[in-house]
Amino acid sequence: MGTLRLIARLDIKGPNLIKGIRLEGLRKLGDPNRFAKKYYEQGIDEIIYMDIVASLYERSNLVNIVRKTTQDVFIPITVGGGIRSVEDAKEILRAGADKLAVNTASIKRPELIREISEKFGSQCMVLSIEAKRTGERKWEAYCDNGREKTGIDAIEWAREGCRLGAGEILLTSVDREGTRKGFDCELVREVSTRVPIPVIASGGMGNYSDFAEVVASGHADAVAVASVFHYGEITVMDLRREAITRGIKVRNVEA
Amino acid sequence: MNRPGVTVIDYGIGNLLSVRRAFEHCGAEVLLTTSPSDVDKADSLVLPGVGAFSNGMAGLSAGGFLEPIRKYSRTGRPFLGICLGMQMMLEASEEFGVHEGLGLIPGNVVSIPPAGADGKPHKIPYIGWNDLLPPTQETDWKGTILAGIPPGTAVYFVHSFAAAPSSPEHRLADCDYDGRVISAAVRRGNLYGCQFHPEKSGEAGLRIIKNFLAVL
Repeated sequence: MGTLRLIARLDIKGPNLIKGIRLEGLRKLGDPNRFAKKYYEQGIDEIIYMDIVASLYERSNLVNIVRKTTQDVFIPITVGGGIRSVEDAKEILRAGADKLAVNTASIKRPELIREISEKFGSQCMVLSIEAKRTGERKWEAYCDNGREKTGIDAIEWAREGCRLGAGEILLTSVDREGTRKGFDCELVREVSTRVPIPVIASGGMGNYSDFAEVVASGHADAVAVASVFHYGEITVMDLRREAITRGIKVRNVEA
Repeated sequence: MNRPGVTVIDYGIGNLLSVRRAFEHCGAEVLLTTSPSDVDKADSLVLPGVGAFSNGMAGLSAGGFLEPIRKYSRTGRPFLGICLGMQMMLEASEEFGVHEGLGLIPGNVVSIPPAGADGKPHKIPYIGWNDLLPPTQETDWKGTILAGIPPGTAVYFVHSFAAAPSSPEHRLADCDYDGRVISAAVRRGNLYGCQFHPEKSGEAGLRIIKNFLAVL
Protein backbone atom coordinates (compact mmCIF):
# COMPACT_ATOMS: atom_id res chain seq x y z
CA MET A 1 0.00 0.00 0.00
CA GLY A 2 1.02 3.64 -0.38
CA THR A 3 1.56 6.26 2.27
CA LEU A 4 -0.94 6.24 5.11
CA ARG A 5 -2.71 9.59 5.43
CA LEU A 6 -3.19 11.29 8.79
CA ILE A 7 -6.36 13.36 8.85
CA ALA A 8 -7.72 15.72 11.49
CA ARG A 9 -11.49 15.55 11.72
CA LEU A 10 -13.25 18.67 12.98
CA ASP A 11 -16.94 18.38 13.77
CA ILE A 12 -18.67 21.73 13.55
CA LYS A 13 -21.85 23.09 15.09
CA GLY A 14 -22.66 26.66 14.17
CA PRO A 15 -19.41 28.62 14.47
CA ASN A 16 -17.78 26.16 16.90
CA LEU A 17 -15.59 23.10 16.87
CA ILE A 18 -17.41 20.52 18.98
CA LYS A 19 -16.78 16.99 20.16
CA GLY A 20 -19.19 14.40 21.44
CA ILE A 21 -19.25 10.78 22.40
CA ARG A 22 -20.96 8.44 19.95
CA LEU A 23 -21.93 11.63 18.11
CA GLU A 24 -23.89 12.84 21.19
CA GLY A 25 -23.28 14.95 24.31
CA LEU A 26 -21.51 17.69 22.44
CA ARG A 27 -18.89 19.98 23.99
CA LYS A 28 -17.80 23.26 22.48
CA LEU A 29 -14.04 23.47 21.96
CA GLY A 30 -13.63 26.80 20.22
CA ASP A 31 -12.78 28.35 16.88
CA PRO A 32 -12.35 25.62 14.24
CA ASN A 33 -10.05 27.79 12.11
CA ARG A 34 -7.57 28.04 14.93
CA PHE A 35 -7.46 24.25 15.28
CA ALA A 36 -7.17 23.71 11.52
CA LYS A 37 -4.28 26.15 11.25
CA LYS A 38 -2.51 24.49 14.16
CA TYR A 39 -2.84 21.02 12.61
CA TYR A 40 -1.61 22.37 9.27
CA GLU A 41 1.46 23.84 10.90
CA GLN A 42 2.06 20.56 12.71
CA GLY A 43 2.06 18.75 9.36
CA ILE A 44 -1.36 17.11 9.12
CA ASP A 45 -2.01 15.57 5.67
CA GLU A 46 -5.66 16.59 5.29
CA ILE A 47 -8.55 18.17 7.17
CA ILE A 48 -12.18 17.09 7.34
CA TYR A 49 -14.90 19.51 8.40
CA MET A 50 -18.17 17.86 9.27
CA ASP A 51 -21.16 20.08 9.98
CA ILE A 52 -23.12 17.92 12.36
CA VAL A 53 -26.27 20.03 12.42
CA ALA A 54 -26.20 21.05 8.81
CA SER A 55 -29.47 22.85 8.65
CA LEU A 56 -29.90 25.32 5.84
CA TYR A 57 -30.09 28.04 8.48
CA GLU A 58 -26.61 27.21 9.77
CA ARG A 59 -25.02 26.78 6.35
CA SER A 60 -23.46 30.24 6.22
CA ASN A 61 -21.31 29.38 9.27
CA LEU A 62 -19.81 26.37 7.54
CA VAL A 63 -19.13 28.26 4.33
CA ASN A 64 -17.42 31.04 6.29
CA ILE A 65 -15.25 28.59 8.20
CA VAL A 66 -14.14 26.85 5.01
CA ARG A 67 -13.48 30.13 3.23
CA LYS A 68 -11.34 31.39 6.08
CA THR A 69 -9.37 28.15 6.43
CA THR A 70 -8.47 27.90 2.77
CA GLN A 71 -6.80 31.31 2.88
CA ASP A 72 -3.81 29.99 4.74
CA VAL A 73 -4.14 26.21 4.87
CA PHE A 74 -2.75 24.62 1.69
CA ILE A 75 -3.68 20.97 2.03
CA PRO A 76 -6.79 19.03 0.93
CA ILE A 77 -9.97 19.92 2.77
CA THR A 78 -13.04 17.70 2.82
CA VAL A 79 -16.37 19.18 3.86
CA GLY A 80 -19.51 17.29 4.79
CA GLY A 81 -22.90 17.89 6.34
CA GLY A 82 -26.16 18.77 4.69
CA ILE A 83 -25.07 18.44 1.06
CA ARG A 84 -28.30 17.50 -0.68
CA SER A 85 -27.74 18.52 -4.27
CA VAL A 86 -25.18 19.45 -6.91
CA GLU A 87 -26.01 23.08 -6.10
CA ASP A 88 -25.11 22.59 -2.41
CA ALA A 89 -21.93 20.87 -3.53
CA LYS A 90 -21.03 23.77 -5.76
CA GLU A 91 -21.49 26.26 -2.94
CA ILE A 92 -19.12 24.31 -0.68
CA LEU A 93 -16.53 23.93 -3.45
CA ARG A 94 -16.73 27.65 -4.16
CA ALA A 95 -15.83 28.28 -0.54
CA GLY A 96 -12.60 26.38 -1.17
CA ALA A 97 -13.31 22.74 -0.30
CA ASP A 98 -11.52 20.09 -2.36
CA LYS A 99 -13.79 17.15 -1.57
CA LEU A 100 -17.37 16.69 -0.45
CA ALA A 101 -18.50 14.13 2.08
CA VAL A 102 -22.07 12.99 1.54
CA ASN A 103 -24.15 10.67 3.71
CA THR A 104 -27.83 11.28 4.44
CA ALA A 105 -28.85 12.74 1.10
CA SER A 106 -27.20 9.90 -0.82
CA ILE A 107 -29.04 7.30 1.24
CA LYS A 108 -32.31 8.99 0.37
CA ARG A 109 -31.27 9.42 -3.26
CA PRO A 110 -28.20 7.34 -4.29
CA GLU A 111 -28.06 9.03 -7.70
CA LEU A 112 -26.61 12.08 -5.93
CA ILE A 113 -23.28 10.19 -5.77
CA ARG A 114 -23.26 9.77 -9.53
CA GLU A 115 -24.31 13.38 -10.11
CA ILE A 116 -21.53 14.79 -7.93
CA SER A 117 -18.84 12.51 -9.32
CA GLU A 118 -19.85 13.22 -12.91
CA LYS A 119 -20.01 16.94 -12.33
CA PHE A 120 -16.89 17.44 -10.22
CA GLY A 121 -14.93 14.19 -10.62
CA SER A 122 -14.93 11.12 -8.40
CA GLN A 123 -11.86 12.43 -6.52
CA CYS A 124 -14.27 15.02 -5.13
CA MET A 125 -16.96 12.59 -3.98
CA VAL A 126 -16.34 11.09 -0.55
CA LEU A 127 -19.06 8.72 0.61
CA SER A 128 -19.51 9.17 4.35
CA ILE A 129 -20.85 6.04 6.05
CA GLU A 130 -21.88 6.01 9.70
CA ALA A 131 -22.00 2.36 10.67
CA LYS A 132 -23.47 0.80 13.79
CA ARG A 133 -22.83 -2.81 14.65
CA THR A 134 -25.98 -4.93 14.67
CA GLY A 135 -24.53 -8.42 14.99
CA GLU A 136 -21.69 -10.75 14.10
CA ARG A 137 -19.90 -8.99 11.24
CA LYS A 138 -23.05 -7.00 10.49
CA TRP A 139 -23.36 -3.24 10.46
CA GLU A 140 -26.22 -0.91 9.62
CA ALA A 141 -25.71 2.44 7.90
CA TYR A 142 -27.09 5.37 9.89
CA CYS A 143 -27.86 8.86 8.73
CA ASP A 144 -28.46 12.30 10.22
CA ASN A 145 -25.18 12.15 12.11
CA GLY A 146 -25.75 8.73 13.63
CA ARG A 147 -29.29 9.48 14.77
CA GLU A 148 -31.43 7.69 12.20
CA LYS A 149 -31.51 4.03 11.22
CA THR A 150 -31.74 3.29 7.53
CA GLY A 151 -32.10 -0.49 7.42
CA ILE A 152 -29.26 -0.54 4.87
CA ASP A 153 -26.32 -2.93 5.26
CA ALA A 154 -23.22 -0.74 5.61
CA ILE A 155 -20.91 -3.09 3.68
CA GLU A 156 -23.32 -3.41 0.77
CA TRP A 157 -23.82 0.34 0.78
CA ALA A 158 -20.06 0.90 0.53
CA ARG A 159 -19.91 -1.34 -2.55
CA GLU A 160 -22.93 0.34 -4.10
CA GLY A 161 -21.45 3.80 -3.43
CA CYS A 162 -18.33 2.70 -5.26
CA ARG A 163 -20.31 1.57 -8.27
CA LEU A 164 -22.09 4.93 -8.31
CA GLY A 165 -18.78 6.78 -8.52
CA ALA A 166 -17.53 7.55 -5.01
CA GLY A 167 -13.76 8.12 -5.00
CA GLU A 168 -13.21 7.50 -1.32
CA ILE A 169 -15.09 6.31 1.77
CA LEU A 170 -15.11 8.01 5.15
CA LEU A 171 -16.12 5.22 7.51
CA THR A 172 -17.25 6.23 10.98
CA SER A 173 -18.09 3.72 13.67
CA VAL A 174 -21.08 5.14 15.56
CA ASP A 175 -20.35 2.73 18.44
CA ARG A 176 -16.75 3.87 18.89
CA GLU A 177 -16.92 7.55 17.90
CA GLY A 178 -15.58 9.74 20.72
CA THR A 179 -15.12 6.78 23.11
CA ARG A 180 -11.33 6.40 22.66
CA LYS A 181 -11.84 2.64 22.94
CA GLY A 182 -10.17 1.94 19.63
CA PHE A 183 -11.45 1.70 16.07
CA ASP A 184 -13.92 -0.96 14.98
CA CYS A 185 -11.16 -2.70 13.05
CA GLU A 186 -13.39 -5.49 11.85
CA LEU A 187 -15.71 -2.94 10.23
CA VAL A 188 -12.80 -1.14 8.58
CA ARG A 189 -11.37 -4.41 7.26
CA GLU A 190 -14.73 -5.60 5.92
CA VAL A 191 -15.13 -2.39 3.92
CA SER A 192 -11.52 -1.77 2.95
CA THR A 193 -10.95 -5.24 1.54
CA ARG A 194 -14.21 -5.16 -0.43
CA VAL A 195 -13.89 -1.85 -2.24
CA PRO A 196 -11.13 -0.79 -4.67
CA ILE A 197 -11.14 2.82 -3.43
CA PRO A 198 -9.40 4.27 -0.34
CA VAL A 199 -11.09 4.00 3.06
CA ILE A 200 -10.64 6.54 5.88
CA ALA A 201 -11.14 4.97 9.32
CA SER A 202 -12.89 7.28 11.77
CA GLY A 203 -14.07 6.95 15.34
CA GLY A 204 -12.42 5.56 18.44
CA MET A 205 -8.75 6.52 18.39
CA GLY A 206 -7.51 6.60 21.98
CA ASN A 207 -3.84 5.65 21.78
CA TYR A 208 -1.05 4.56 19.45
CA SER A 209 -1.98 0.88 19.61
CA ASP A 210 -5.47 1.69 18.29
CA PHE A 211 -3.85 3.52 15.43
CA ALA A 212 -1.41 0.74 14.60
CA GLU A 213 -4.17 -1.87 14.79
CA VAL A 214 -6.55 -0.15 12.38
CA VAL A 215 -3.72 0.12 9.88
CA ALA A 216 -2.42 -3.44 10.27
CA SER A 217 -5.61 -5.41 10.78
CA GLY A 218 -8.17 -2.93 9.45
CA HIS A 219 -6.23 -2.13 6.25
CA ALA A 220 -7.20 1.54 6.58
CA ASP A 221 -5.80 3.79 3.84
CA ALA A 222 -6.17 6.87 6.02
CA VAL A 223 -6.94 7.53 9.67
CA ALA A 224 -9.15 10.35 10.93
CA VAL A 225 -8.37 11.61 14.42
CA ALA A 226 -10.50 13.98 16.50
CA SER A 227 -10.63 13.89 20.34
CA VAL A 228 -7.00 13.06 21.11
CA PHE A 229 -5.85 15.87 18.81
CA HIS A 230 -8.43 18.40 19.97
CA TYR A 231 -7.73 17.82 23.66
CA GLY A 232 -4.00 18.00 22.96
CA GLU A 233 -3.20 14.51 24.22
CA ILE A 234 -1.42 13.54 21.02
CA THR A 235 0.01 15.99 18.50
CA VAL A 236 0.32 15.43 14.79
CA MET A 237 4.10 15.24 15.20
CA ASP A 238 3.73 12.62 17.96
CA LEU A 239 1.51 10.48 15.77
CA ARG A 240 3.79 10.74 12.74
CA ARG A 241 6.85 9.87 14.80
CA GLU A 242 5.06 6.91 16.35
CA ALA A 243 3.92 5.69 12.93
CA ILE A 244 7.50 5.73 11.66
CA THR A 245 8.69 3.89 14.79
CA ARG A 246 6.10 1.21 14.14
CA GLY A 247 7.12 0.85 10.50
CA ILE A 248 3.99 2.50 9.08
CA LYS A 249 4.78 4.48 5.95
CA VAL A 250 3.61 8.09 6.31
CA ARG A 251 4.31 11.33 4.48
CA ASN A 252 7.90 12.39 4.70
CA VAL A 253 7.87 15.91 6.17
CA GLU A 254 11.56 16.04 7.08
CA ALA A 255 13.09 16.02 3.58
CA MET B 1 7.90 46.04 -8.63
CA ASN B 2 4.87 44.61 -10.37
CA ARG B 3 3.47 41.37 -9.12
CA PRO B 4 4.00 38.49 -11.56
CA GLY B 5 0.90 37.98 -13.69
CA VAL B 6 -0.56 34.52 -13.93
CA THR B 7 -3.43 33.64 -16.24
CA VAL B 8 -5.40 30.60 -15.12
CA ILE B 9 -7.60 28.92 -17.70
CA ASP B 10 -11.17 28.42 -16.49
CA TYR B 11 -12.80 25.90 -18.81
CA GLY B 12 -15.51 24.70 -16.48
CA ILE B 13 -13.52 21.83 -14.97
CA GLY B 14 -12.69 21.57 -11.30
CA ASN B 15 -12.20 23.94 -8.48
CA LEU B 16 -9.95 26.84 -9.38
CA LEU B 17 -10.26 28.63 -6.08
CA SER B 18 -7.45 26.76 -4.35
CA VAL B 19 -5.16 27.36 -7.32
CA ARG B 20 -5.96 31.05 -7.22
CA ARG B 21 -5.51 31.28 -3.44
CA ALA B 22 -2.14 29.54 -3.50
CA PHE B 23 -0.75 31.65 -6.35
CA GLU B 24 -1.98 34.85 -4.71
CA HIS B 25 -0.45 33.73 -1.44
CA CYS B 26 2.86 33.41 -3.33
CA GLY B 27 2.58 36.99 -4.57
CA ALA B 28 1.03 36.56 -8.01
CA GLU B 29 -1.60 38.68 -9.70
CA VAL B 30 -4.09 36.03 -10.84
CA LEU B 31 -6.49 36.32 -13.75
CA LEU B 32 -9.05 33.53 -14.06
CA THR B 33 -10.23 33.56 -17.62
CA THR B 34 -12.85 31.92 -19.79
CA SER B 35 -11.68 33.94 -22.79
CA PRO B 36 -9.15 32.41 -25.23
CA SER B 37 -7.97 35.87 -26.26
CA ASP B 38 -6.39 36.28 -22.79
CA VAL B 39 -4.03 33.36 -23.49
CA ASP B 40 -2.01 35.25 -26.05
CA LYS B 41 -1.60 38.19 -23.66
CA ALA B 42 -0.56 36.07 -20.67
CA ASP B 43 2.82 36.53 -18.97
CA SER B 44 2.46 32.99 -17.71
CA LEU B 45 -0.23 30.40 -18.14
CA VAL B 46 -1.63 27.81 -15.72
CA LEU B 47 -3.83 24.95 -16.84
CA PRO B 48 -5.42 23.26 -13.83
CA GLY B 49 -7.91 20.43 -13.95
CA VAL B 50 -9.33 17.33 -12.34
CA GLY B 51 -11.51 14.52 -13.58
CA ALA B 52 -11.63 12.68 -16.87
CA PHE B 53 -9.26 13.44 -19.75
CA SER B 54 -11.96 13.49 -22.42
CA ASN B 55 -14.08 15.94 -20.39
CA GLY B 56 -11.07 18.18 -19.95
CA MET B 57 -10.20 18.22 -23.64
CA ALA B 58 -13.86 18.74 -24.53
CA GLY B 59 -13.95 21.70 -22.12
CA LEU B 60 -10.83 23.24 -23.66
CA SER B 61 -12.21 22.70 -27.13
CA ALA B 62 -15.64 24.13 -26.33
CA GLY B 63 -13.97 27.18 -24.76
CA GLY B 64 -11.90 27.72 -27.90
CA PHE B 65 -8.65 27.17 -25.96
CA LEU B 66 -6.91 24.42 -27.95
CA GLU B 67 -5.14 26.47 -30.61
CA PRO B 68 -4.40 29.48 -28.35
CA ILE B 69 -2.66 27.14 -25.85
CA ARG B 70 -0.66 25.39 -28.59
CA LYS B 71 0.35 28.75 -30.00
CA TYR B 72 1.28 30.05 -26.54
CA SER B 73 3.44 26.98 -25.92
CA ARG B 74 5.69 27.98 -28.83
CA THR B 75 6.40 31.45 -27.39
CA GLY B 76 8.74 30.19 -24.68
CA ARG B 77 6.72 31.88 -21.97
CA PRO B 78 6.13 29.82 -18.79
CA PHE B 79 3.34 27.27 -18.73
CA LEU B 80 2.24 25.02 -15.88
CA GLY B 81 -0.22 22.15 -16.21
CA ILE B 82 -1.53 20.75 -12.93
CA CYS B 83 -2.90 17.19 -12.54
CA LEU B 84 -5.26 16.70 -15.49
CA GLY B 85 -3.72 19.89 -16.88
CA MET B 86 -0.37 18.08 -17.03
CA GLN B 87 -1.89 14.96 -18.55
CA MET B 88 -3.50 17.01 -21.32
CA MET B 89 -0.03 18.30 -22.28
CA LEU B 90 0.73 14.89 -23.72
CA GLU B 91 -0.29 13.54 -27.12
CA ALA B 92 -3.10 11.18 -26.18
CA SER B 93 -4.83 9.34 -23.35
CA GLU B 94 -6.22 5.84 -23.09
CA GLU B 95 -8.75 6.86 -20.41
CA PHE B 96 -12.15 5.46 -21.52
CA GLY B 97 -11.08 5.16 -25.17
CA VAL B 98 -8.28 6.98 -26.98
CA HIS B 99 -8.43 10.77 -26.85
CA GLU B 100 -6.14 13.31 -28.40
CA GLY B 101 -4.29 15.70 -26.07
CA LEU B 102 -2.59 19.07 -26.58
CA GLY B 103 0.57 17.35 -27.80
CA LEU B 104 3.01 19.70 -26.07
CA ILE B 105 5.08 16.80 -24.75
CA PRO B 106 5.59 13.51 -26.61
CA GLY B 107 4.03 10.52 -24.91
CA ASN B 108 0.69 9.22 -23.69
CA VAL B 109 -1.46 9.03 -20.58
CA VAL B 110 -1.94 5.53 -19.23
CA SER B 111 -3.73 3.97 -16.27
CA ILE B 112 -1.81 3.45 -13.04
CA PRO B 113 -1.06 -0.30 -12.80
CA PRO B 114 -3.72 -1.82 -10.51
CA ALA B 115 -1.10 -3.70 -8.50
CA GLY B 116 2.33 -2.94 -7.11
CA ALA B 117 5.53 -4.61 -8.32
CA ASP B 118 4.92 -7.36 -5.75
CA GLY B 119 1.58 -8.18 -7.41
CA LYS B 120 -0.48 -6.91 -4.46
CA PRO B 121 -3.42 -4.77 -5.63
CA HIS B 122 -3.41 -1.15 -4.47
CA LYS B 123 -6.19 1.37 -4.19
CA ILE B 124 -7.17 3.44 -7.23
CA PRO B 125 -7.58 6.43 -7.34
CA TYR B 126 -4.18 6.90 -5.81
CA ILE B 127 -4.76 9.50 -3.10
CA GLY B 128 -2.02 10.73 -0.85
CA TRP B 129 1.44 12.14 -0.36
CA ASN B 130 4.42 10.73 -2.15
CA ASP B 131 8.09 11.60 -2.49
CA LEU B 132 9.48 13.49 -5.48
CA LEU B 133 12.48 11.64 -6.86
CA PRO B 134 14.94 12.58 -9.61
CA PRO B 135 14.34 10.17 -12.54
CA THR B 136 18.09 9.72 -13.21
CA GLN B 137 21.34 10.49 -11.48
CA GLU B 138 21.95 13.23 -14.03
CA THR B 139 18.67 15.01 -13.26
CA ASP B 140 19.34 18.47 -11.91
CA TRP B 141 16.44 20.50 -10.54
CA LYS B 142 18.50 23.68 -10.47
CA GLY B 143 16.86 26.40 -12.56
CA THR B 144 13.55 24.47 -12.71
CA ILE B 145 10.36 24.76 -10.66
CA LEU B 146 11.84 22.14 -8.32
CA ALA B 147 14.90 24.25 -7.50
CA GLY B 148 15.80 23.95 -3.84
CA ILE B 149 13.36 21.08 -3.25
CA PRO B 150 15.29 18.24 -1.60
CA PRO B 151 14.76 14.89 -3.34
CA GLY B 152 12.33 12.88 -1.22
CA THR B 153 10.06 15.83 -0.49
CA ALA B 154 6.44 14.68 -0.31
CA VAL B 155 3.63 16.32 -2.27
CA TYR B 156 -0.07 15.53 -2.65
CA PHE B 157 -1.43 13.39 -5.48
CA VAL B 158 -4.89 12.26 -6.48
CA HIS B 159 -5.25 10.43 -9.79
CA SER B 160 -6.08 7.17 -11.56
CA PHE B 161 -4.13 7.84 -14.75
CA ALA B 162 -0.58 9.05 -15.24
CA ALA B 163 1.53 10.64 -17.96
CA ALA B 164 4.13 8.46 -19.65
CA PRO B 165 6.47 10.84 -21.53
CA SER B 166 8.18 8.93 -24.33
CA SER B 167 11.41 10.86 -24.04
CA PRO B 168 13.39 10.54 -20.77
CA GLU B 169 14.65 14.12 -21.11
CA HIS B 170 11.13 15.42 -20.41
CA ARG B 171 10.85 13.62 -17.06
CA LEU B 172 11.58 16.10 -14.31
CA ALA B 173 10.49 14.03 -11.29
CA ASP B 174 9.14 10.56 -10.64
CA CYS B 175 7.34 8.81 -7.82
CA ASP B 176 7.40 5.26 -6.60
CA TYR B 177 3.95 3.66 -6.22
CA ASP B 178 4.64 0.30 -4.62
CA GLY B 179 7.55 -0.34 -6.95
CA ARG B 180 5.92 1.23 -10.02
CA VAL B 181 7.53 4.34 -11.45
CA ILE B 182 5.01 7.13 -12.02
CA SER B 183 5.82 10.44 -13.70
CA ALA B 184 5.31 13.20 -11.11
CA ALA B 185 6.53 16.21 -13.08
CA VAL B 186 7.50 16.93 -16.67
CA ARG B 187 9.45 19.71 -18.32
CA ARG B 188 10.16 20.81 -21.85
CA GLY B 189 11.87 24.19 -21.85
CA ASN B 190 9.52 26.54 -20.04
CA LEU B 191 6.60 24.11 -20.26
CA TYR B 192 6.04 22.39 -16.93
CA GLY B 193 3.56 19.83 -15.73
CA CYS B 194 2.88 18.57 -12.19
CA GLN B 195 0.83 15.44 -11.62
CA PHE B 196 0.62 16.46 -7.95
CA HIS B 197 -1.23 19.51 -6.64
CA PRO B 198 1.29 22.19 -5.63
CA GLU B 199 -1.60 24.27 -4.30
CA LYS B 200 -2.45 21.45 -1.86
CA SER B 201 1.04 20.29 -0.94
CA GLY B 202 1.71 22.51 2.03
CA GLU B 203 4.92 24.53 2.25
CA ALA B 204 6.71 22.39 -0.37
CA GLY B 205 3.95 23.12 -2.86
CA LEU B 206 4.11 26.85 -2.18
CA ARG B 207 7.86 26.74 -2.76
CA ILE B 208 7.27 25.15 -6.17
CA ILE B 209 4.72 27.83 -7.08
CA LYS B 210 7.17 30.55 -6.01
CA ASN B 211 9.82 28.93 -8.23
CA PHE B 212 7.41 29.00 -11.15
CA LEU B 213 6.72 32.69 -10.53
CA ALA B 214 10.45 33.41 -10.26
CA VAL B 215 10.87 32.40 -13.91
CA LEU B 216 8.80 35.47 -14.86
